[in-house]
Amino acid sequence: MTDNRIDYYPTHEHEGIKFRRGHTLPFGATMVANGVNFSIYSSASTSCTLVLFERGEAEPFAEIPFPDEFRIGNVYSMIVFELNYERLEYGYRMDGPYNPAAGLRFNKSLILSDPYAKVIGGRDTWLAKPNWDNVYQYRSRLAFEDFDWEHDHPLETPIEDLVIYEMHVRGFTKHESSGVKNPGTFSAIRSKVAYLKELGINCVELLPIYEFDEWENSRESPTTGEVLVNYWGYSTVNFFAPKAGYAATGKFGMQVDEVKTLIKELHKNGIEVMLDVVFNHTAEGDHRGPTISFRGIDNKTYYMLTPEGYYFNFSGTGNTLNCNNPVVRNMVLDCLRYWASEYHIDGFRFDLAAILGRAQDGRPLSNPPLLESLAFDPILAKCKLIAEAWDAGGLYQVGSFPAYGRWAEWNGKYRDSVRKFLKSDPGEVGGMIQRVMGSPDLYSLRGPTASINFITCHDGFSLYDMFAYNDKHNEANGENNNDGANDNNSWNCGWEGETSDPAINFLRHKQVKNALAILLVSQGVPMVLMGDEVGRTQKGNNNTYCQDNDLNWFDWTQKETNADLYNFARCMINFRRVHPVLRSPTHFQYWDYVGSGYPDISFHGTKAWNCDRSSSSRSFAFLLCGDHAKQGIVKDDMIYVAMNMYWGGLHFELPALPPEKKWYLFANTDMPSPVDIYENGQESLLANQSDFLVGSRSVVILVGK
Amino acid sequence: MSFTILAEAKKIAKITLTGEIDSLSAREFQKEIEKMAAESPDELVLFVENLTFISSAGLRVLIFAKQKMGSGLAIYIVKPQESVIETLEKTGLQHSVNIVDQYL
Repeated sequence: MTDNRIDYYPTHEHEGIKFRRGHTLPFGATMVANGVNFSIYSSASTSCTLVLFERGEAEPFAEIPFPDEFRIGNVYSMIVFELNYERLEYGYRMDGPYNPAAGLRFNKSLILSDPYAKVIGGRDTWLAKPNWDNVYQYRSRLAFEDFDWEHDHPLETPIEDLVIYEMHVRGFTKHESSGVKNPGTFSAIRSKVAYLKELGINCVELLPIYEFDEWENSRESPTTGEVLVNYWGYSTVNFFAPKAGYAATGKFGMQVDEVKTLIKELHKNGIEVMLDVVFNHTAEGDHRGPTISFRGIDNKTYYMLTPEGYYFNFSGTGNTLNCNNPVVRNMVLDCLRYWASEYHIDGFRFDLAAILGRAQDGRPLSNPPLLESLAFDPILAKCKLIAEAWDAGGLYQVGSFPAYGRWAEWNGKYRDSVRKFLKSDPGEVGGMIQRVMGSPDLYSLRGPTASINFITCHDGFSLYDMFAYNDKHNEANGENNNDGANDNNSWNCGWEGETSDPAINFLRHKQVKNALAILLVSQGVPMVLMGDEVGRTQKGNNNTYCQDNDLNWFDWTQKETNADLYNFARCMINFRRVHPVLRSPTHFQYWDYVGSGYPDISFHGTKAWNCDRSSSSRSFAFLLCGDHAKQGIVKDDMIYVAMNMYWGGLHFELPALPPEKKWYLFANTDMPSPVDIYENGQESLLANQSDFLVGSRSVVILVGK
Repeated sequence: MSFTILAEAKKIAKITLTGEIDSLSAREFQKEIEKMAAESPDELVLFVENLTFISSAGLRVLIFAKQKMGSGLAIYIVKPQESVIETLEKTGLQHSVNIVDQYL
């Protein structure tokens, strides 16, 4: 290879460090021949200095001001030679006016993280006490981008075929019962891949793994004395860097390799990886918060500001990222492209995504350029894009999120309908019919794949707690129980909290099974919250964002103590996976377009072909015709689901099958384990083929074959 | 320097690694690998009993060796310390190499 490029050689020297003019793109620090290319954007600064540290050292070993001729437009760039990639930490000092009313908050005494840094040091080990006197807390570092992926590739599973598992990286294996090496880390999840596979999960959605500071707003719990931390991590320090404290190798700065290794392993086992991404705000908070990066580099570009220069707060956390500023829009795009291409991420769930559709002054846009760019981006073309279609500023877009044929939504209305139906509220049958069909009332033009169906998520009660508590019990959070949602639609089954009453405990387990059954037979894309399959409890706390303890950790002993729930969840999830008629990519049409003699879907009640949708009704049934599976492309069995949330048993007349078929029982939540559910393919032939007594508050699933 | 290389380039390439492999020493390690690759060895044997740490750059040299010498190359890592084994495991490299107590 010839070695005669001009940019392989330095032209300048400062304090013994050799450097030259750099390349403006890409932003961030990039390894180039013989050196590192640094590039950073700032629209209003007057000058910029690159600050270089040896890893962990208190004082920098060099500070190199960018010569004027190194700035093109608003971008400073330089190549620095002979740096030790692995030992290097860097940052910037930005000089410029301090004039908050004009949106300018420059302070050159501070060292700032690179918004494009691929690794952040300073919080390398979870809850290792930081040195608060450190002049530079969150240190930008370099990452190798040459991981050996072998043949790996994002899986591109059709979205309607996914069963999503919402999971916290630390919480999944941190409990001592997990029995793994390095509990609480990316690496430990690899030891539990077999569990996920057995359960039938084919997509994990990880709660935020972008670098955040678990120490942010840390304090003592008034009830337990434990330290309360930022456990969920919905507070981004840097969008490109994985959370070092979640990596067993974080102390060696090898988190990038560890995350990629996990993703490669999950992909080998047919499991997709989605990230929960938080672009609505950053960890810098409002004007009282720390200046880490964006505020000091280009405050008025990165944040939405009021005319007085304060921070708009549509996120409820102090600041709002200025997502539809063209520069920020590009950063979001660069970030997602980076995760899709360098980490092989299969999809993204956008926290408070309604903010991504707001203009720079906060107005909701009818055609938000960021959402459109993401929908049509060539690199993200096969990624799933899922919006949490509301924000803390009151914008609620479930059913109306600007989708461009691509975006799916967390269907909050699904959650609300199912919860109310499960606690026997009147007037819910009509809504439930929409929900089990994939919410055509909300997504008539977008199809059921626009609906991410969930009953529980990290935010709110766990599924077990939905049936053990009427009210939230958040005292351990130290906010006088004022935090967390009040509209939970939960029902304690007759006793608040734990009880030894076997009837109540049976009913609670039955309700958990009812919920899982409904979720997994609904059209759309189901999402299960980590631990709900084993009855995980948060002891009534519905806002466990700060609890790094048993309230959040998956207790693996529950797989045995609640074996009935685990078995039910596993069979239900796998039932969905083996029956394509449950996973239609398009809405059902209520008619027979394949000549099977049955419409694709039909609704029933205690009388077959006769569904009572009146407000006093608390029960209904539906029949799916397997010949219509995937629009008639594949053949499946007939599936009949009866849901009775009335407090008494009801006889359901069964729709007649074609003469060659018989009804078999797959699940009946009114029965004790193990006869509540059968392994797929081993369903039990019904003695009475024309009538089924569905118990009080029970779900029955039959297979016609 | 905390790092030494003893190389005997024949069909079996042997290298002894001691101390720590970080991005600086990894460069020397890589140069040795490049030299040995010219001889097309069948096996690469790394004696690592006295190696205390291998960094990301060091791991990359192992992958580089496979790429340079062909996927048929068998890599033996002899008597690694627990911390080195852990690093190989957490980064998924244990599948690409043979971890052994003794090389015969």
